[in-house]
Amino acid sequence: MFFETVGKIIAKYGPMFLQGAGTTLLIAITGTLIGFAIGLVIGIVRTIPLDAKSSPVKRILLKVVNTILAVYIEVFRGTPMIVQAMVLFYGFAAATGISPDTTIAGIVIVSINTGAYMAEIVRGGILSIDKGQFEAAHSIGMTHGQTMTSIILPQAIRNILPATGNEFVINIKDTSVLNVISVTELFFKTSMVNAGTYKPFETFFVACVLYFIMTFTVTRILRLIERKMDGPKTFTIHGSQTVPEAEIKVTDGEKTTWIK
Amino acid sequence: MDKIIEIRHLKKNFGSVEVLKDINFSVGKGEVVCIIGASGSGKSTLLRCINLLELPTSGEILYHGRNILDGAMSTAEYRAKMGMVFQQFNLFNNLTVLGNCVVGQVKVLKRDPQKAREIATRYLEQVGMAGYINAKPSQISGGQKQRVAIARALSMEPEAMLFAEPTSALDPEMVGEVLKVMKSLAHSGLTMLVVTHEMAFARDVADRVVFMDDGVIVEEGSPQVIFNNPTQERTRVFLKRILEE
Repeated sequence: MFFETVGKIIAKYGPMFLQGAGTTLLIAITGTLIGFAIGLVIGIVRTIPLDAKSSPVKRILLKVVNTILAVYIEVFRGTPMIVQAMVLFYGFAAATGISPDTTIAGIVIVSINTGAYMAEIVRGGILSIDKGQFEAAHSIGMTHGQTMTSIILPQAIRNILPATGNEFVINIKDTSVLNVISVTELFFKTSMVNAGTYKPFETFFVACVLYFIMTFTVTRILRLIERKMDGPKTFTIHGSQTVPEAEIKVTDGEKTTWIK
Repeated sequence: MDKIIEIRHLKKNFGSVEVLKDINFSVGKGEVVCIIGASGSGKSTLLRCINLLELPTSGEILYHGRNILDGAMSTAEYRAKMGMVFQQFNLFNNLTVLGNCVVGQVKVLKRDPQKAREIATRYLEQVGMAGYINAKPSQISGGQKQRVAIARALSMEPEAMLFAEPTSALDPEMVGEVLKVMKSLAHSGLTMLVVTHEMAFARDVADRVVFMDDGVIVEEGSPQVIFNNPTQERTRVFLKRILEE
């Protein structure tokens, strides 16, 4: 009976659900990516070191920028996204007289909200890298910029991938709050379907399954990326003392597995 | 003798604690100088000051007669001429063994990547790690890591090498392989400044031994003088304690 009803709803409203899921994915993916970029830039700026040799101009400039960034992070982490959506959407409309496209508004809101969280995640990722990595890079003459791009960020980004995945999953689910500004994402579309079916349990069950499929797929993909970034678990030793042309394969620091 | 590094009246405070008090000494071209002393004597801080990983509170560090503390040359440019080997190896964890030895050459010295790989391979051969070019730092042992770290510094073809207790974090059976590499480097005419607890190494390899205690250089001289006939009581006490262990 239950599944029969669900089947009927899908048959009749399938395209609407898919449109909603599509918008949800679009907003979640772009919002997370842009938010990640914002967070990366802020995290890098907030970890620029100052020492006795830094010029006063650099000192003051950095202090001003850091204060602005700190305010941004605190405000957007400290207020609910549903409220941010209302304030920004209607605030923009009131200020300019233009009612923005709801999907674009949704992407903007998710991006700056995610950016605030990612900024702290990136900063934490950078701070978690051993000081010795910085010192070694400096000792061979690398500048702070070179050290960051070649040594620190590749490690920091790898380390924050799980936290980024969290943000991604949260965004897929939390785009649902954007229905308050009429973004036609999955929750909004499901509500519309429900208005036609009067069967909230079955209708929202379909949304539930769709949300889970999206989040589960994203977490699997991120795990794959993590594994890819970790590189091969094996390496080959070229040559040995007795057989110069030998190749010895080593797996996870374990003993030799083959010699050819 | 051509002095590569000359230290004049170097002082370093951490807050109100004076870690280095008026240090004066120099390292000549091709010289192997070992700094010995108890933990907390300031010898590691001195080495870190020389590579500007710590900024001295006052004093001068002259590189070929130019004071690097007054901006006569950029910190990065100077550091590229000073190879450094750390107690904790500090290999770049995101790069392979080869990558560790190439990245500085390409980014800092702007060498062609292909040429950089050839140079890196040559130095990795010298430290006996050429077979491991594809390995990640997490896949090799401590002694191997330190040998790669030495090759990484050598790949920059520095004028002098600074060693900050290079064997102190190693398991006893791995100390030998690293010291062997360092010995061969010393014999090849490389300028080396070595902070070490390995008294046998200092005695056999150093041209000059510097004994530090409590932020000052107590005594310096040839290994024969320092180890057999030290003039200062503090040197005698330190050596007695450490050689009896």
